[in-house]
Amino acid sequence: MIQFQNVTKRFGDFTAIDNLTIDIFEREFFALLGPSGCGKTTMMRMLAGFESPTEGKIFLAGQDIAPVPPNQRAVNMMFQSYALFPHLSVWENIAFGLKREGMPKPEINARVDEMLRLTRLEKFARRRPHQISGGQRQRVALARSLAKAPKLLLLDEPLGALDRKLREETQFELMDIQEKTGTTFVIVTHDQEEAMTVASRVAVMDNGQVMQVATPADIYEAPNSVYVADFIGDVNLIEGKVTATGEGTFALHWRDGAEPLRVKSPTGFSEGQTAHLAIRPEKVTISAERPADAANAVQGKVLDIAYLGNLSTYHVELPTGDIIKAQTANTRRISRRDYTWEDTVWLSWTATGGILLAN
Amino acid sequence: MKRLSAFNVVSLTFGFAFLYVPMLILILFSFNESKLVTVWAGFSTKWYGELMQNDAMLQAAWVTIKVAVFSSTIATVLGTMAAYVLVRSGRFLGRTLFSGMIYAPLVMPEVITGLSLLLLFIGIGLDRGVLTIVLAHTTFSMCYVSVVVSSRLATFDRSLEEAALDLGCSAAEAFRLVTLPIIAPAVVSGWLLAFTLSLDDLVIASFTTGPAATTLPIKIFSAVRLGVSPEINALSTIMITVVTVGVIGASLVSKRALVKQRQEEQDAVRAS
Repeated sequence: MIQFQNVTKRFGDFTAIDNLTIDIFEREFFALLGPSGCGKTTMMRMLAGFESPTEGKIFLAGQDIAPVPPNQRAVNMMFQSYALFPHLSVWENIAFGLKREGMPKPEINARVDEMLRLTRLEKFARRRPHQISGGQRQRVALARSLAKAPKLLLLDEPLGALDRKLREETQFELMDIQEKTGTTFVIVTHDQEEAMTVASRVAVMDNGQVMQVATPADIYEAPNSVYVADFIGDVNLIEGKVTATGEGTFALHWRDGAEPLRVKSPTGFSEGQTAHLAIRPEKVTISAERPADAANAVQGKVLDIAYLGNLSTYHVELPTGDIIKAQTANTRRISRRDYTWEDTVWLSWTATGGILLAN
Repeated sequence: MKRLSAFNVVSLTFGFAFLYVPMLILILFSFNESKLVTVWAGFSTKWYGELMQNDAMLQAAWVTIKVAVFSSTIATVLGTMAAYVLVRSGRFLGRTLFSGMIYAPLVMPEVITGLSLLLLFIGIGLDRGVLTIVLAHTTFSMCYVSVVVSSRLATFDRSLEEAALDLGCSAAEAFRLVTLPIIAPAVVSGWLLAFTLSLDDLVIASFTTGPAATTLPIKIFSAVRLGVSPEINALSTIMITVVTVGVIGASLVSKRALVKQRQEEQDAVRAS
């Protein structure tokens, strides 16, 4: 539905978007995820029409949108600051876009009421934006941007101003509304949990480039680069040289004198190529004895324990000085914890637990 | 609260006495029974009554109000437009020069402004009268309006306008439906300021006026040359009252509404 074709955007000599090509499909919940300054907001503003690409083309439903001004695009935006009109009531805020369209009055009334019901704001219709809470304002902003039934809704860090509990609730509300209305949602966020929760596909961006576009599960389990693996969640990265040991299996020589690590990888590597093994802490098992059947096992000393309540992350220092993180679910009370600081432990993982990355 | 030292009390008293004793004397003697300005002969409001009979004075008052209303209204429109362009257009070639040029008339000696306008009007053959005074007053008061309005616009959240565009407004509609209602208090106080400035201007008005249009300040100034009469005192008292109410009104409107609007905007924008 949306196509970015070789889009580049420069501000002076700063390149915000660098030769970017991406497709977003209809009825999709698409997330643009990246650190601040990676160009994700610029992409959104180009879709809304507040910026135009320096080079390349953007198509919306097959039509080049460069010459279409923002007020004539079937695109609406929910602003990071919400940008509610302070001099209008909640009702008038939601009706604003419909009145611009010249919709007849009874239809406006019906549509606004529908939006108020959808966002559960019926009781606050007559209030001004400063007379309602942050979460309610956020819902007004959503209702206002959905009222015109846009083909595409852009959400710029929509939940940034909400506290954690409210944010989680609202994330599910957003997904619910997206399913009900069938609108294509594009959300910009720097919060990876948010992107993973709400989106059907995530684009990880860095320095104006898209690093990977995939489903949340693929982004997490099968990142295509060290950058993505490192950006999303927690990861252990082990650098070494690769040698092939059989069909799709490789050995990673990571330290002189240390046992090479065994990894299965669907992608091929040339002999002696430098690669990174990326392995998530929750895929590393911690034990007192060396497990007999483990494909990879290393011994080390517990350096630090990060207790998160439901989980604990153990930072284990190997004799080589490397630190590997292992995460376990705290299925038992903390007083009955098996390992503590300075304990010598074994870390093990399977050959398929990690992923071998060339860059 | 901290007590003021003797030195501070003295300087405060002298300072305010310096500012307000002349005006108080004027107001006091406007209620004087006697025709002699310097001799107190009892309280009376008869000079206010006589003022109402003085056709020349009433005529001048009417001209003054006409000039003030027209010039401040035009100045408000132009000044708001100038402020909007300067705050919104971002950087363009000569922007600093433009904003400097908007503010320069604020510090320009009135005699020079008046003289240059007079030369212009003579040059283009415009008959001097109400029209020329209106034009002259518009020229200098629009600078004040643009200062007041641009300071409000500088704190205006631009995404509100973008939201209006996004919801289908043209740029003009976004200004009319969103920007203007929000900055209205600043525009109103700019208008009041321009109105009061026009009301009591003597120098520029006397340069640009013609025989047919005499404003109150000019009338008073020429009347005083024939001797101060209690009638003039009465008139001046009325003017002091009008200007004071105007200025206090302007600052109250802008301050109260600004505080309220900012609060609302912040609440709405930087949601908790």
